[in-house]
Amino acid sequence: MCGIVGLLLKKSETRASLGQLVTPMLVCMGTRGPDSAGLAVYHELLGPGQTRYSLFAESPGFDWQSFHERFIHETGNEGSIRSIENHAMEISSIQVDRFKAWLRESHSDVNLVSVGSAIEIFKDEGPPDEIARRYHFTELNGSHAVGHTRMATESAVSPAHAHPYTAGRDFCLVHNGSLSNPYSIRRKLESRGIAFETDNDTEAGCRFLEWRMREGDTLEQAIATSFSELDGFFTFLMATADRMVLVRDAFACKPAVVAETDDYVAVASEFRSLAHLPRIKTANVFEPAPEQIYSWTL
Amino acid sequence: MDTVKQFDLARLRVRDLNQYLHHELPGSGIERVEILNPDGNHSIAVGLDCDVAVDILGHAGYFIAGMNKLAAVTVHGNVGWSVAENIMSGSVRVKGHASESAGASGHGGLVVIEGDASSRCGISMKGCDIVVGGSVGHFSAFMAQAGTLVVCGDAGPNLGDSLYEATIYVRGRIHSLGADAREEEMQSADLERVSGLLAASGIDCDSREFKRVASARSLYHWNAEAHQEY
Repeated sequence: MCGIVGLLLKKSETRASLGQLVTPMLVCMGTRGPDSAGLAVYHELLGPGQTRYSLFAESPGFDWQSFHERFIHETGNEGSIRSIENHAMEISSIQVDRFKAWLRESHSDVNLVSVGSAIEIFKDEGPPDEIARRYHFTELNGSHAVGHTRMATESAVSPAHAHPYTAGRDFCLVHNGSLSNPYSIRRKLESRGIAFETDNDTEAGCRFLEWRMREGDTLEQAIATSFSELDGFFTFLMATADRMVLVRDAFACKPAVVAETDDYVAVASEFRSLAHLPRIKTANVFEPAPEQIYSWTL
Repeated sequence: MDTVKQFDLARLRVRDLNQYLHHELPGSGIERVEILNPDGNHSIAVGLDCDVAVDILGHAGYFIAGMNKLAAVTVHGNVGWSVAENIMSGSVRVKGHASESAGASGHGGLVVIEGDASSRCGISMKGCDIVVGGSVGHFSAFMAQAGTLVVCGDAGPNLGDSLYEATIYVRGRIHSLGADAREEEMQSADLERVSGLLAASGIDCDSREFKRVASARSLYHWNAEAHQEY
């Protein structure tokens, strides 16, 4: 099964309420995906050269302050860290490749979850309501958020296997469905030097789309290519620094519903996730059609 | 005595509502039940078995009014998957849009979707009548065995795939027909059937504008020489 949710706030003055609005959406979809959950939140863009690194530590009680001090000391870069439980976000002007190399060398127990100027990704194993509480999702603010509740059907349950998946900068994807040819996609990408972090089918779809975009496709062109390249079922909800994009495969057997008002666009697997949103009774509520690309820009 | 009863699903569980509808309602003298704040909940008013009007005031979730017998259920909003699945008699009306598989497997009674119905509308229907005011999505009336699907708008890809003895009438454009479905000439009996269903549904259309789709019956018998090509 799995549940997906997404919320894009059209008015910048409402961004402080993002967490309060999107958290009940995610928790409500806990019945569709009880084993793990995740949320990508998009903050203000950083200045040129600055990057946000979302990090996940496998061991409980991880000492993020020591991690940060070691980062400053060993790389000679400036930076700032904000942490909560197993999650932290380091903001620094260090080059991405150098940060990755340093992390690999010095902290094999810390996973790099996302890289970008706006994106921060939280994901963990356990019931979605517990994860939302653990990482204080209701306190998050930002322009848009994309979340997922997982019921694993094809690969392990772990924080790394939770969605959202990400590739490149500021791009993330959540998936309800299952791909039948992730390994052939993966072999094709690996032969081009693209590395994978899990054996999950969604990661193949995510890296495929991001690869197409790096090759010069727009996201729309990349999605159009995926209709013939990706075999299987999918409702994909994606986000970039300034967009939220939704698409369903030709069979459209994985659900989605959209609600739009002057203030927001909300997407969920089921309407009950949207029922609490402001002025939902007068919102334009519709089911997205198969193989049609829906895109909303900030 | 008041013959109308209200249930607020912001305060009560769907299970409490359905237990009332199954066990306390029949013979109680209540003629109409209003359900407030459905908020996308699933399985509201399933398995009804008596002559009562049920109004669901808002958007509802999956399996609304499934297995309905005798009751007249109206949803004043949209519904999710499989509204009125396996309907036996009575009527189910959706004033908004319906998601996948509306009226799936229905044996009798009338299903009216005033807006659009999504994919697989009337899949495997077995004798019910379905009238859609708007359009239907792909694979509608897939393997439909008996009954009538009337579509006032357009039909999506693969309409009536592997159709048995159900009949489909479409007023708008048919994107494509499924295997073994074919367009046939409208006869006077068809005009009468469509007019009757439109009148029962309260939808104002001219039956002369509809096309008839029925089974070519070429899949009824195994043809070893077809090499799986139909």
